[in-house]
Amino acid sequence: MILTQEALKLPQINYVALSPMLILFGAATVGVLVEAFAGRGRRYPVQLGLSLVSLVAALVMVVRVAHTRELTAGGAVAVDGPALFLEGTLAVLGIVALLLVAERSLEPGGPFVAVAAVTAGTEADRVQAQRRDAGTEVYPLLLFALGGMMLFVSANDLLTMFVALEVFSLPLYLMCGLARRRRLLSQEAALKYFLLGAFASAFFLFGIAMIYGYAGQINFAAIHEAIQSSTNDRILLYLGLALLAIGLLFKAAAVPFHVWTPDVYQGAPTPVTAFMAACTKVAAFGALLRVIYVAFERTAWDLRLVIGGIAVLTMVVGSVLAVTQTDIKRLLAYSSIANAGYLLVGVLAVGGNGNHDGLASSMFYLVAYGFSVVAAFGVVTLVRDADGEATHLSRWAGLGRRSPLYAGLFTFLLLAFAGIPLTSGFTSKFAVFGAALASGQAWLVVLGAITSVILAFPYLRVVVLVWLSEPGENTPTVSIPGALTSAALAIGALATLLLGIAPQPLLDLSSRAAEFVR
Amino acid sequence: MHYATASGTLSSVWLLIAIPLASAAILLLLGRRADRWGHWLGVGSVFVAFILGLVYFFALRGLPAGPGSYRGADRTLFTFLDVGKLKVTFGLLFDPLSAIFVLLITGVGFLIHLYAVGYMADDPGRRRFFGYFNLFVAAMLTLVLGDNYLITFIGWEGVGLASYLLIAFWFDRPSATTAGKKAFIMNRVGDVGLLTAMFLMFAAFGSVSFSDVFGAVGRAGSTTVLMLGLLLLLGACGKSGQFPLQAWLPDAMEGPTPVSALIHAATMVTAGVYLIARSNPIFSANLAAQTVVVAVGAFTLMIGAIIGCAKDDIKRVLAWSTVSQIGYMFLGVGLGGVAYALALIHLLAHGFFKAGLFLGAGSVMHAMNDQTDIRRFGGLWRYMRITWVTFGLAWLAILGIPPLSGFFSKDPIIEAAFNRAGWSGWLFGTAALVGAGLTAFYMTRLFVLTFHGPKRWTDAETPGGPAAVHPHESPPVMTVPLILLGIGSLAAGALMATPVKDWLLPVFNNPAEETASHLSTLTVTLLTLLVVLVGAGVAVALFRTGTELVEQPAGPVVTAARRNLYGDAVNEALFEKPGLYLTRALVYLDGKGIDGLVNGLAAAVGGGSGRLRRTQTGFVRTYALSMLGGALLVVAAMLVVTLG
Repeated sequence: MILTQEALKLPQINYVALSPMLILFGAATVGVLVEAFAGRGRRYPVQLGLSLVSLVAALVMVVRVAHTRELTAGGAVAVDGPALFLEGTLAVLGIVALLLVAERSLEPGGPFVAVAAVTAGTEADRVQAQRRDAGTEVYPLLLFALGGMMLFVSANDLLTMFVALEVFSLPLYLMCGLARRRRLLSQEAALKYFLLGAFASAFFLFGIAMIYGYAGQINFAAIHEAIQSSTNDRILLYLGLALLAIGLLFKAAAVPFHVWTPDVYQGAPTPVTAFMAACTKVAAFGALLRVIYVAFERTAWDLRLVIGGIAVLTMVVGSVLAVTQTDIKRLLAYSSIANAGYLLVGVLAVGGNGNHDGLASSMFYLVAYGFSVVAAFGVVTLVRDADGEATHLSRWAGLGRRSPLYAGLFTFLLLAFAGIPLTSGFTSKFAVFGAALASGQAWLVVLGAITSVILAFPYLRVVVLVWLSEPGENTPTVSIPGALTSAALAIGALATLLLGIAPQPLLDLSSRAAEFVR
Repeated sequence: MHYATASGTLSSVWLLIAIPLASAAILLLLGRRADRWGHWLGVGSVFVAFILGLVYFFALRGLPAGPGSYRGADRTLFTFLDVGKLKVTFGLLFDPLSAIFVLLITGVGFLIHLYAVGYMADDPGRRRFFGYFNLFVAAMLTLVLGDNYLITFIGWEGVGLASYLLIAFWFDRPSATTAGKKAFIMNRVGDVGLLTAMFLMFAAFGSVSFSDVFGAVGRAGSTTVLMLGLLLLLGACGKSGQFPLQAWLPDAMEGPTPVSALIHAATMVTAGVYLIARSNPIFSANLAAQTVVVAVGAFTLMIGAIIGCAKDDIKRVLAWSTVSQIGYMFLGVGLGGVAYALALIHLLAHGFFKAGLFLGAGSVMHAMNDQTDIRRFGGLWRYMRITWVTFGLAWLAILGIPPLSGFFSKDPIIEAAFNRAGWSGWLFGTAALVGAGLTAFYMTRLFVLTFHGPKRWTDAETPGGPAAVHPHESPPVMTVPLILLGIGSLAAGALMATPVKDWLLPVFNNPAEETASHLSTLTVTLLTLLVVLVGAGVAVALFRTGTELVEQPAGPVVTAARRNLYGDAVNEALFEKPGLYLTRALVYLDGKGIDGLVNGLAAAVGGGSGRLRRTQTGFVRTYALSMLGGALLVVAAMLVVTLG
């Protein structure tokens, strides 16, 4: 009798604190209704306005509840410093990525398929490719994904986290398949991502089961307690932890769970790639940080060697493989893999004195990298010929002569990726490596520095190609971006510059936010 | 030592720097749009600065004398650097020493700016020239107004930059660009001295401000003070063209003549004297450092005078003369005590007559199609009377003929040198005396060969021969400054000798030096006059009838003097050659060793990347398998690490 009463008692829910993700989920649902009821011609402005307004509203709500530090929804969701910081990051990066997604002036109708259900390669497909409008499913999908990501970084028990994982993964799979051109490549990417994602989700779920078996709980605080007090076989704990980590590292694109990244980044519509590279990384690392710092802090010492090994592998494989890439999107994909390695270095500053610094610097890194990578993919959308984007590197030769402005912008972003001072790439690497050094991970920092040098080579190769080669006959033109893309590029580049010159305000902010509630 | 805070009129002393700086910025940023009126803006800004300088000067005179009867106003503008324990404010100090420098820089600077309007009239880069010129004035004023060594150093570097830009102003001439680089590099050697001195100050006293450093000198160890003195001297030698860093100054004459007059004669090259005078508490606290300064001064004044005797280029003779005259000033500031003020009076007097000499030389060159070889002049007095008279006044002034200014400024330094305690007084005094005789010789030679004797140029066109010249007097915009500077040469010495000394002495607030009385004032004066007359007489006797048009074979001494006493050869052997070999060795090492290693590594990375790439097959089944393998690996590793 008492039991049922307990079970029926509704948990306290702080709706205001949860409002950022609630707004996004609500707007996404409205977006689905718009798809169903609004006329085809009206959908684009309505969806774009709805998405923008809801993202800005979410951001405003994040700022308004910035000082909340509590567990809500029966302990399933934590609203604390890191959660709010990352929710804000997701909202801002989401807005910038949305600007790229909504750009329609680069090609008639924009980069998204007009009628997604048409079989690729058929006559009907050729007709849809010529249409001057495009499907608008991508907007509610984007909002669902962002809402899921926000929940993912603030989930405080394993099941909520798993649900959030699925909520943001499924829209992403779909978005990958929505390209207007090269539809087979796009659909192949979507399918690959889906299959491998499902595979990784299975690992994650299996890990949850193991940990439940060990701790008898799925709540992070309870797991934290259980690791000290439980008398169960610890094999369960470590097995579960390993499987859980695999699921998260898959999303983070860490080696050896990175194989999907280049194919998906290449096949997906470039604005979606930009969104994934920036926001999925934030979500994956936000969750990883929370799981490790909140639930498994007491096993940090055991984790270090394994995650450290993965970090090293990720940095080395990402940077080495970037060297021989011939496609700009694949090159950026491997660069994003290597960056996952650097982020893992920051994550590994867990435990001891580095705890706080590691968290703060990782969050700073996520912001800095997110802005740069969105802007970089934004430039990729501009380099086009009659068949759409020209992503093969040989086509970029001599681009500096054709369009010094955008070639200069891209060069600046590549220098930021390479970690040259006065860019955010330098300050963020500096912060992460500094935190790792403080917690005694010098070997990781040394390897990080070495791989940065290797990684500088492919970046500089692109720079040399763009500036020092003569433009060939088939060097594509650089389209003049519309207002939306221009805004995205400006925001991304400006943030990269500002965070390189004056990083202190954001460093302070991330440092103040760097405290989980348990 | 503590300076009162500036108030009232003096709190706007920063305008002195801001006005020329703003003018330079306008001239350089507006580009061709300012071509038509730019030079007048340049002249005007310096004139305004001069007027302001006068206003501040009288405001400073009106200040009640502070403790120790010392007037001075310190204006802190903003915090310039705040790093750890080092706090440097951007502060300006207006005291008697900086006041006379401000008046010299803006006053003579204004006249030379005015002259340059005419001199550069036909040059397409005149606006750029005035932009650099104004930049120089702003930097030089920063140098003398800074209230700490760092601000002074900023000005110090600024004048170095302006000097480089102006020496290499005609950058299409290889000799000009080479001279510009030479000046810049040799100045850097000196700058290292000044920088290191600042490091040492910070290490020893925790501050680089004048008041803190001078207040703490008394408590510092003698080695520290000696090191500080020598490092500051190195900096001063670089900027002022003193031994062993004298070689750049004569080459700097590649720049336009107004530049030679303002920067490389009247103002910038005296910055070294300013630095030592400003640092007088440091030098007064260490006899050894003072002796080194005196020795450098005496030695340089000798080599400058000797080389000056053997040169045939009108501007080079004047340049070596400048080296030599600054040697006198170093001698003075090295002697310490009252001689600080004597050296500065000579500096002011020299500013007038040397600027007059250079501008006169420019006027002559203007008349002679840019000919600079004095062997090809002669008899010009008939054609350019104003230049002749003003140049003659400056010539008599540098000789030290009473009652012209050199007599009042140089003779007291010679006397002070004789009266240095111990045997060194005789040594340095004799050097100064002999230098005066040599000065008389080469300046008279220059004057006679240029303006008198038979004309050695042709005004008729001869096929294959040198181009015809038609000497003429320069336009008023050039002659007016000449006349004013001529008046300065005539009268400045007598006017300044007593009041400036009284004005300056409180700055050098230190106990009287131990002096001997080897010779009386009258003896020294008569002796100097005699030596000067002998030197001048010999020159007149030798060159009254002109000279050969080309260089004649000569004995070893003259050859050595013609080759700058082998100063350049020494530099080449000691620094250039080893530097070249070192560079070659490093290039070889870099090419074979480091590049080889790097290229090998790059090849290895590339090869590894190519192989790894093959694992990326594109098949989702392979990917899933690799993920499974990875998962097994992670799980196994986790279990091994935690349970093993």
